[in-house]
Amino acid sequence: MIDIGLGHYLTLGAVIFSIGVIGIFLNRKNIIVILMSIELILLAVNINLVAFSIYLGDLAGQVFTLFILTVAAAEAAIGLAIIVVYFRNSGTIRVEEIDKLKG
Amino acid sequence: MIAHAIFFYTFSIIAVVSAIMVTASKNTVHSVFFLILDFISISCLFIMIGAEFLGMIMLIVYVGAVAVLFLFVVMMLNVAQQKNQWFAGQQSSKHIPVGLIISTLIFVEVIIVIGGWKYKPEIFDINNSIAQTSISNTHSLGQILYTDYIHVFQISGMILLVAMIGAIVLTFRQRSGVKRQSYIKQISRERAEGVEVLEVQSNKGVKIDD
Repeated sequence: MIDIGLGHYLTLGAVIFSIGVIGIFLNRKNIIVILMSIELILLAVNINLVAFSIYLGDLAGQVFTLFILTVAAAEAAIGLAIIVVYFRNSGTIRVEEIDKLKG
Repeated sequence: MIAHAIFFYTFSIIAVVSAIMVTASKNTVHSVFFLILDFISISCLFIMIGAEFLGMIMLIVYVGAVAVLFLFVVMMLNVAQQKNQWFAGQQSSKHIPVGLIISTLIFVEVIIVIGGWKYKPEIFDINNSIAQTSISNTHSLGQILYTDYIHVFQISGMILLVAMIGAIVLTFRQRSGVKRQSYIKQISRERAEGVEVLEVQSNKGVKIDD
């Protein structure tokens, strides 16, 4: 309990990952919160990579965390742009009312 | 060791609680602020564990750019004042058990995997080359990022460029009725389309139509 090891960090990553998945499933409000849940999931992946990188003594994990950061930033920018355009066209971003693709 | 434990539990409890609040908060602006708090506490964990470059980059990229972008969009779209409940409507309430079951399953699976790692403790005893070297984390990351991973690094730059162009193209809108200055139009003006010489007859005046 006092001796913090790799398992603690991996458990923290698992908890945050699960919270992100819960957020995607249970969110009924708007799409922006779903995007934030995806950011949480990517954050959990980053925690896992950094924890393994530190405990195994291999810097490749941190390098790949950098690339995940890049991709997450790009994804957030594109996703928010799509949301802005959708809101301009249809006037709503509530999850229930977005049914143009008949999904 | 005890300080490590205290700081780990403090930051991780803050991170988990704010992650819960991101999904459970009724106000979207509050969700963004809890997301910022989450990123800050996780980057504190990164700095504590020895990955200080990534911790700082997380602060700059996420708190400085991505979270502010979220905040801008939330305020621009005026969705913060939506006063609907978290699990609004009868139709959506059937998603709750499915979501809870799936996320609990994922959590249990990941915990089982971690337990599997716990039974092979010798895998952690590989000599920790990061801690033994005297150069800093940033220095060693730079040494391999610009040599071994240079192609991946440049490809990630291309990804950022494509994302930037995509975001601009998606949100660009040409408004009609806005007067703009067009240099090529100004430069390529001819005398014939700007000036007209008329014979003015006395007491008649000139009829100008524009």
